[in-house]
Amino acid sequence: MLEVVNLTARYGRAQILNGVTLTLAQHEVVALLGRNGAGKTTTMKCIMGLVEKKAGEIRYDGRSLMKLPPHMICRVGLGYVPEERRIFPDLTVEENLEVGRRPPRADAPEWTEDHLFELFPNLAERRRNLGKQLSGGEQQMLTIARTLMGNPRAVLLDEPSEGIAPVIVEQMAKVITELKNEGLSVLLSEQNLHFARAVSDRAIIIEKGALRFEGSFAELDDRPEISQQYLAV
Amino acid sequence: MGFYFAQLLTGLANASSLFLIACGLSIIFGVTRIVNFAHGSFYMVGAYLAYTLVTTLPAGIFGFWFSVIAAALIVGVVGLIIEVTILRRIYHAPELFQLVATFGVVLIFQDGVLAIWGAEDLLGPRAPGLDRAVRIMGEPIPEYDLALILIGPLVLAGIWLLFHRTRWGVLVRAATQDRDMVDALGVNQAWLFSGVFVLGAALAGLGGALQIPREAASLQMDLSVIGEAFVVVVIGGMGSVAGAFVAAVLISVLNAFAILIFPQISIVLPFVVMAVVLIVRPYGLFGKPGSEHGGAAEPEQPLRLMSSQGAMVLAALVFALALSPAVVSEFSSILLVDVMVATLFAVSLHFMMGLGGMVSFGHAAYFGVGAYAAAMTVSFLGFGMLPAMAAGPLAAAAAALFFGWFCVRLSGVYLAMLTLAAAQILWGVVFQWQDVTGGDDGILGVWPPEWASDDRVFFYVAFVACIGGIWLLRRVAHAPFGYGLRGIRDSELRAEALGMDVKLHQWMGFALAGAFAGLAGAVFAFSKGSVFPDALSIAQSVDGLMMVLLGGIHALAGPIFGAGVFVLIEDWVSRLDYWRFIFGAIILVVVLLAPDGVAGGVERLLRVLGLRRGDAA
Repeated sequence: MLEVVNLTARYGRAQILNGVTLTLAQHEVVALLGRNGAGKTTTMKCIMGLVEKKAGEIRYDGRSLMKLPPHMICRVGLGYVPEERRIFPDLTVEENLEVGRRPPRADAPEWTEDHLFELFPNLAERRRNLGKQLSGGEQQMLTIARTLMGNPRAVLLDEPSEGIAPVIVEQMAKVITELKNEGLSVLLSEQNLHFARAVSDRAIIIEKGALRFEGSFAELDDRPEISQQYLAV
Repeated sequence: MGFYFAQLLTGLANASSLFLIACGLSIIFGVTRIVNFAHGSFYMVGAYLAYTLVTTLPAGIFGFWFSVIAAALIVGVVGLIIEVTILRRIYHAPELFQLVATFGVVLIFQDGVLAIWGAEDLLGPRAPGLDRAVRIMGEPIPEYDLALILIGPLVLAGIWLLFHRTRWGVLVRAATQDRDMVDALGVNQAWLFSGVFVLGAALAGLGGALQIPREAASLQMDLSVIGEAFVVVVIGGMGSVAGAFVAAVLISVLNAFAILIFPQISIVLPFVVMAVVLIVRPYGLFGKPGSEHGGAAEPEQPLRLMSSQGAMVLAALVFALALSPAVVSEFSSILLVDVMVATLFAVSLHFMMGLGGMVSFGHAAYFGVGAYAAAMTVSFLGFGMLPAMAAGPLAAAAAALFFGWFCVRLSGVYLAMLTLAAAQILWGVVFQWQDVTGGDDGILGVWPPEWASDDRVFFYVAFVACIGGIWLLRRVAHAPFGYGLRGIRDSELRAEALGMDVKLHQWMGFALAGAFAGLAGAVFAFSKGSVFPDALSIAQSVDGLMMVLLGGIHALAGPIFGAGVFVLIEDWVSRLDYWRFIFGAIILVVVLLAPDGVAGGVERLLRVLGLRRGDAA
């Protein structure tokens, strides 16, 4: 469904991506692994059109996304959940969700506010609170819920477990499984191998902006030198 | 008692129209980060349109209010055209570059209005049905003032409902907090920005249209209101509509009473209030620090020492300039002095803006202080030209040290606005302190002594002062002090962590920029033989800004290009009819063709021609 081929990108003079290739199939959860600065976030921003791409190809259902602005990329059915919980701090929870709302699409599950409040009960209690009044975990839930309001077919989840309490990480794992059961595809960037293994079907490892490994977690376990080389800190 | 109550009501009525224009400005800034200089022009066009409609349509209550609303809507459409044809193309240009475009629009509108409505002031008829006065506590209060007092809060309530009860409003508020995120959630920002711009323009048009029964429509309306509108926006907090309302009431009511006690204070009062508010609350009454996800922030390229070829070209240019008096006419050599003065002024402004990251909307203050100090050294103390030329930068440095101490405590647009306030306060003092500064009549007879009275000799005096000053500032840019300034600009926190005294460093940078602006002012005083308050005016500050931004803020050569192009084009077109229109159009063309300034445009041209190796994508 989503194909990235040999993508390169740069910030100013610094080359960040050096030929990233990956695919995401329907109903699949893929973990994009790598150390800090490996290019995980930049890959996601590139797919969403938030970082200027230099060369390569990004296709969604065979259609090139290379020249589209972010809002058009969102409208083809790709949802983006940024790292660092970029909620709108001075909007209420409900208003945050309203910003994400898009018309339902035939090829993806439809999310309503009520349905999302069932999935994220904490948010339901705080629907009239401002975004900045939420805890870190609640903010992370809100970013995901806000993206789901757009009824996406596939979601790019950038480091959802970063900087939140272990109990919330567990909740997050449930949410991702729920998304998969609903029929969504998820591309998940992670540094937490344990978390990634619990929710993903397969793994992709990048380092210095280039692909280093692609395969199942079983294959990854068979080759410990790979995790040692690209993931261990 | 009744009299004071009447003053209060007058203040509140004034506050309404000030609020209408300021809230539009604030909304536009909040979402698009554009400091819209053309907002005063929308106000002016609103007034003229309303005048035409009111006097053409059949008189009556319906005709009057229909005209007012229609004028506002037409101004909204004008705003849409400007946004779609010009501003939309340059949202990704470096911050503040859009300001150049809006200034081009100001110039075009000034001549456009002159061509359509003529130079006469036009006073509209009184509002039908509200043309009498009612007695309140024994004082006559115009009914129309009471209507205005109602309209302000009504509009405030309407905007509040629009922003909190409609999807569009929620999207606009989200965009003020994190534009990229809104885009990634599937919202087309382009139309959001257009809508906001139309709303802001229409509100300014409404403000202008509502003024016609009270105040004649005139060609000076645009710039006379824009300064005050900026002040209101800043006091309230950029982007805050409620803040704009509170600030408009505060300024207008204070003004209504202050003129009873000390009439001269009227023209500087708003700026004094702004300075006080910003010192106490650095983001205004209701403002917040800007979002880090707000505008497009490109990492700056490091400054490179000039290549040997570049240095040779520059040396050849300076050499040619040095020899020019022997070749060109006397008139051209006077023009070249103007260019050199403007260039030094622009380079000093670029020093604080480009290298220091401190944008100044009031750099003319130090230019003017330098010019006045030099003139007064001659006319009061009886010293010669050279001591006077030394007094200029010293006095300017002292003024910059004083105001800079307050300014460096702020950042971004707030810092810029405080520099504007400082400049307006100084301008007000110079303008009104007749005994010392000569007020509006200025100081005359500031001529060079006998030995330098020949234009060609004076050319060399100016040459040494200006080129020397520019050279010194460039040296500082490449010295550790300059590295420190740029480091602070790029990351204040990291510079602080490296042990730099950030505020002290910025303060010294501010003072140095002020001193060299003062040197330019001193040379200017002797080249013209006189000094007028114009030397400290907003117009002079804006000229400097245009030179720096047009030239390209990211290049050391930018202000040099910018000043040269600006002065030469202005000299050429100002002999023509409707020169403002032509000048504005030229500015817009440059802005659209070279969104990174003339220096950036030249760089790209060189790259296209294969003369310079490209390193961009």
